[in-house]
Amino acid sequence: MEKIKDIFRNNIRQYAMLIALVFIMILFEILTSGVLLKAQNVTNLIMQNAYVLILAMGMTLCILTGGNIDLSVGSLVAFIGALIGTFIVTMHINIVLAIFMVLLIGVAVGIWQGFWIAYVRIPAFIVTLAGMLVFRGLTTTILQGQTIALPDKFDKIGAGFIPDIISGSKLNILTLVVAAIISVIYIFLQLKKRSNRKGYGFEVPNSALFIVQLVLVVVAILLIAYSLASYSGIPIVLVIIGALALIYSFVTTKTVPGRQIYAMGGNEKAAKLSGIKTNKVLFLVYVNMAVISAIAGIVFSARIASASPLAGQNFELDAIAACFIGGASATGGIGTVIGAIIGALVMGVLNNGMSILGVGSDWQQTIKGLVLLLAVAFDVLSKKK
Amino acid sequence: MKERPNLLIKDISVGKQQLVEIAKALAKEVKLLILDEPTAALNEEESNNLLNLLLELKKDGITSILISHKLSEVSRVADTITIIRDGATIETLTKGIDDIGEDRIIKGMVGRELVDRFPKRTPKIGDISFEVKDWNVYDPLVDGRKLIKNVSMNIRRGEVVGISGLMGAGRTEFAMSVFGRSYGKHITGTIIKDGKEVTLHNAKQAIDNGIAYVTEDRKSAGLILIDDIKWNTSLSSLDKISKNQVINDNKEIYAVEEYRKKLNIKSSSILQKVGNLSGGNQQKVVLSKWIMSEPDILILDEPTRGIDVGAKYEIYTIINQLADQGKSIIFISSELPEILGMCDRIYVMNEGRIVGELNRDEASQENIMKCIMKSNKEAV
Repeated sequence: MEKIKDIFRNNIRQYAMLIALVFIMILFEILTSGVLLKAQNVTNLIMQNAYVLILAMGMTLCILTGGNIDLSVGSLVAFIGALIGTFIVTMHINIVLAIFMVLLIGVAVGIWQGFWIAYVRIPAFIVTLAGMLVFRGLTTTILQGQTIALPDKFDKIGAGFIPDIISGSKLNILTLVVAAIISVIYIFLQLKKRSNRKGYGFEVPNSALFIVQLVLVVVAILLIAYSLASYSGIPIVLVIIGALALIYSFVTTKTVPGRQIYAMGGNEKAAKLSGIKTNKVLFLVYVNMAVISAIAGIVFSARIASASPLAGQNFELDAIAACFIGGASATGGIGTVIGAIIGALVMGVLNNGMSILGVGSDWQQTIKGLVLLLAVAFDVLSKKK
Repeated sequence: MKERPNLLIKDISVGKQQLVEIAKALAKEVKLLILDEPTAALNEEESNNLLNLLLELKKDGITSILISHKLSEVSRVADTITIIRDGATIETLTKGIDDIGEDRIIKGMVGRELVDRFPKRTPKIGDISFEVKDWNVYDPLVDGRKLIKNVSMNIRRGEVVGISGLMGAGRTEFAMSVFGRSYGKHITGTIIKDGKEVTLHNAKQAIDNGIAYVTEDRKSAGLILIDDIKWNTSLSSLDKISKNQVINDNKEIYAVEEYRKKLNIKSSSILQKVGNLSGGNQQKVVLSKWIMSEPDILILDEPTRGIDVGAKYEIYTIINQLADQGKSIIFISSELPEILGMCDRIYVMNEGRIVGELNRDEASQENIMKCIMKSNKEAV
């Protein structure tokens, strides 16, 4: 029991945010008389917020290294969109090749910004503020102020669905099959982890609690799957988000580079003296952030079906807010990818729910701002206790 | 204090930072002055000056509360001494009525009489394992200022070698520059480990070559206070508990738990944040971290600073055990009794030079000070 309390205490912020998310969802479900969780709206919610979810994962790593943020991601999203538009529409380059090219350009941008931040040690805030201006400017130059419409084939990435295996059925079969497989894999991994820990002679949470946890997660997976299945199935962006979430959770929690990022944010001097090459870590984190921005740029331009010079405005702030709502510390070393995802969903549900209710965007912003402040205030106060 | 007044505080040594702190406190007109380990980072002479200052202040009617682990200071200046252990007041001794000698205070602190302040060890000294030759280091901030001048030293397997010297003698700068050039610039000299010359460009290479460095300031450079014991302990040994960069959780817990038990780290579990541990237990976490990296050479920079007598004894015991396992220990300390009690051989450092080398039987406080004085005279 002590152990459980310990785990709970250590993760209180994340549980609190998860509970808050569930609470907000129930609240809006009631207020919108059931529209929020309607199949079509769930799908919408995912597609609308894909860019924040993706950017927040990369931003988490930046913040973890010591409260560094990246202000250039919004402009980068627009810049990548502009390049995609130019490559595909103006230059008639094959879509796959064009995507590959913009990802490489993302790497190059990351190397550029990472170099100034990690090796010259100019504060990330300043380097990325410069990046924000530079890439917005370049976007406008490339597009010459015009919006380019993107072809349908490309737009599928942002707005398409994975085709079903059997056509004609009312529910999307593939979605249900995938959900079943994911549930089985999840249960299998949890059981394996448990027996592994037992093998080493460690304490494990008691079996009743363990079963409750398994049931809750599986029910959540199946509910979401059912909802998606009764509309059009699995959105392609969901696959992208899912894959990124898996990769980044794994890297941050289970690998040496992940541990090094946390250590650097916790105390850079100590990390350095413990043999961690902190400059390299910081550099790679910013290269990664630029690549993530490129992915978000692809997904977002596909969703709006065009490359626009005005795309991506304030995206950096949404991503940063998602991380902080999700429990990241402004000084670094604390925060999780899952937390950032929850944070992004909290904001997404708020946006979506208020839109359905017809709340104006002026009030939406005010409320989101207050939510951010409250979430962080809760964090600070709960630590003081 | 001999420093340029416009130098930033973060760029001067801990000892000098302490002096600035005290000057700041004295600048306000105080009635009651509370000093928490004011001399922890000071050398004997500076400490003496500070204590005399307290006696002066007493004459002016200023009350001082001195919190200190250095018992000699307490018995020297205090009128009453209150001993606190595990968060409770044990007893209050008054000068003139009770015995306020060091042994009496220790008895109150540990709850029993500590016969020996330093655990006994029969040294089993082997071949030379580590050598530094003609080591020169320049100040990274002030151009052209040489901090370490032609230092050469060696250490054998199973040997505890002390580096003694006054604050600012360059001991920490020397140790850190040897440890993968973590300090200073234009570093020249050779490092020979087990008969082979090695080049260490960063801390990682130093660790891979079996060298460990326990920092002088554990809070700012040794530990990640917001992380737990587990993460702190395994930080410099991540390669050992991972395969293809993926950490084996169970292996990690297993290893860290073992060190927690072995070093008797008082904590609720390995998931406790190190920021919430006492100084002595924090230091044990730092030691676990470096023992886990399985070094051959351990450089300990002020390993017992600011920790209580009981924990000190435990740390001395750990050091002795490591030496018995054939590891070479370089022991840097400002406390002469500690250097004398623990080391098989002592290098005396002053103004960036080695100014004396003393064996255990010829080492004494007087001889160490003599080496320093002699070199000062030569310099003039």
